[in-house]
Amino acid sequence: MKYTGSVIKYGDNVDTDVIIPARYLNTSDHKELASHCMEDLDKTFVSRVKQGDIITAGQNFGCGSSREHAPIAIKASGVSLVIAKSFARIFYRNAINIGLAIVECPAAAEEISEGDTVEADLDNGIIRNITTGKEYKTAPFPEFVQKIIENGGLMQAIVNEAF
Amino acid sequence: MAMTMTQKILAAHSGRESVSAGELILADLDLVLGNDITSPVAIKEFAKLGKDSVFDKDKITMVMDHFAPNKDIKAAEQCKMCRDFCGEKEITHFYDVGEMGIEHALLPEKGLVTAGNAVIGADSHTCTYGALGAFSTGVGSTDMACGMATGKAWFKVPSAIKFNLTGSLRRYVSGKDVILHIIGKIGVDGALYRSMEFTGEGLSSLSMADRLCIANMAIEAGAKNGIFEVDDITLDYIRQHGGAEPVVYSADPDAEYDEVIDIDLSAIEPTVAFPHLPENAKAFGEIGDVKIDQVVIGSCTNGRLEDLIAAAEIMKGRKAAKNVRVIVIPATQQVYLDAMEMGLLRTFIEFGAVVSTPTCGPCLGGYMGILAAGERAITTTNRNFVGRMGHPESEVYLASPATAAASAVTGRITSPWEVMEK
Repeated sequence: MKYTGSVIKYGDNVDTDVIIPARYLNTSDHKELASHCMEDLDKTFVSRVKQGDIITAGQNFGCGSSREHAPIAIKASGVSLVIAKSFARIFYRNAINIGLAIVECPAAAEEISEGDTVEADLDNGIIRNITTGKEYKTAPFPEFVQKIIENGGLMQAIVNEAF
Repeated sequence: MAMTMTQKILAAHSGRESVSAGELILADLDLVLGNDITSPVAIKEFAKLGKDSVFDKDKITMVMDHFAPNKDIKAAEQCKMCRDFCGEKEITHFYDVGEMGIEHALLPEKGLVTAGNAVIGADSHTCTYGALGAFSTGVGSTDMACGMATGKAWFKVPSAIKFNLTGSLRRYVSGKDVILHIIGKIGVDGALYRSMEFTGEGLSSLSMADRLCIANMAIEAGAKNGIFEVDDITLDYIRQHGGAEPVVYSADPDAEYDEVIDIDLSAIEPTVAFPHLPENAKAFGEIGDVKIDQVVIGSCTNGRLEDLIAAAEIMKGRKAAKNVRVIVIPATQQVYLDAMEMGLLRTFIEFGAVVSTPTCGPCLGGYMGILAAGERAITTTNRNFVGRMGHPESEVYLASPATAAASAVTGRITSPWEVMEK
């Protein structure tokens, strides 16, 4: 799986309450959730995010609530990949289960700048910053995770008998 | 191979003699939980499988607590979707308005979790049941849907941090102060992906309410689960609440821990977590003059009877400070009834508080106590992220019921030691 996009960069401990505030959890409609994504952290996100964009962030991205609405809102807003120094564990699990690609890579998350163009090949564990030319290595996705993401989520992978 | 408590429970639920940290396993589940926010997403996912029935209608529970009683039309639709699903699938433990309480207070009270169980819940505070000696962890809606269909979930076996508790708590200091102190020490990702295992001679001084509160906030340190060694206090609680026969797992004496942290309970002081992270914990020496607009006493963290008793002791015969709104929320109908019979509701109302039906409402900025821009609340809930309780420019301070009550008396963040004799 390869992803190429322009980077939107955030800091440490981006929690699920700012990714999608609970006042919008009275719906599970993907588009409606996406229309409020990052609202309490970055009011400009929804207007500037483009299909395929990549989010980079610091430590403990997605901490807090178990709301699957958080990775759903990010995915539905067009983001193709999240690169962070580390992820909160429920968010990590939820992102894979709904088919949002995410990867832990502290060096890439630290050095890549807002607006850089980045290409990531997660099957081979390579992240390349096209703007600066710098390359980073990550652990490749295990096969079962690749299959979940390729099928667009865990349930669809089970329905498609991907395992 | 020596194992921690959590590893022993996971081994037993995956049909293995032993497991070790980092292994991927498929575990059998004793209970799958969802609420009115997370279950609708799970129900939609479940529908993709085209299955007529769930794996076991007695091992699934849905609790309508977050935006119930319905706060608006969309919330009503979500509850209706859960109600229809549970009716159609004949789910035994469906808790709607009238029977419901805040899920993590309700399930232990109803005896739905016992020692040795493996539980997942589509709510991050599902880690609460570790207080009963169960492996219990928060997951998302897709995992809930898979759990409802198959009775199984995959896990990466966690390593653990051991918390060795000694001493006993001082007057007006509670489990909330302990966990805020610990999160302050290790940080909001200090236990990321790991278990927090609580043991030591200090356990005997902690009530079940204290333990449930401590385990509840393990997630605020990033932990996969929090778990307490089972003792007579645990077993008595499970028996009194009609729980299934407990299976007691103890850590091997030579189990490996990433870290062992000693906590002297007698040294812990009333503690407050400042905005906007639970790790911003301060004792009263470092807290200046912080005026407040609202006080909330309730939630899955601190809405149990012991919590209301602690608050009422401080409020009795006193009045809320002028211009401070005080909201008390018993976590379950049983807590509400007990509080009524003990006369606590009269104390709260005479103090100037409102008493609400059980709901998660204000904790996550849903309803029943939302903050305006620039307002501050001291609350017994579990998160103080930006916008958690309302406007993104409002502030949330986390504290124990005693500290929240003392602050309601003065109108500024106040130690219970200042209002009451030590």
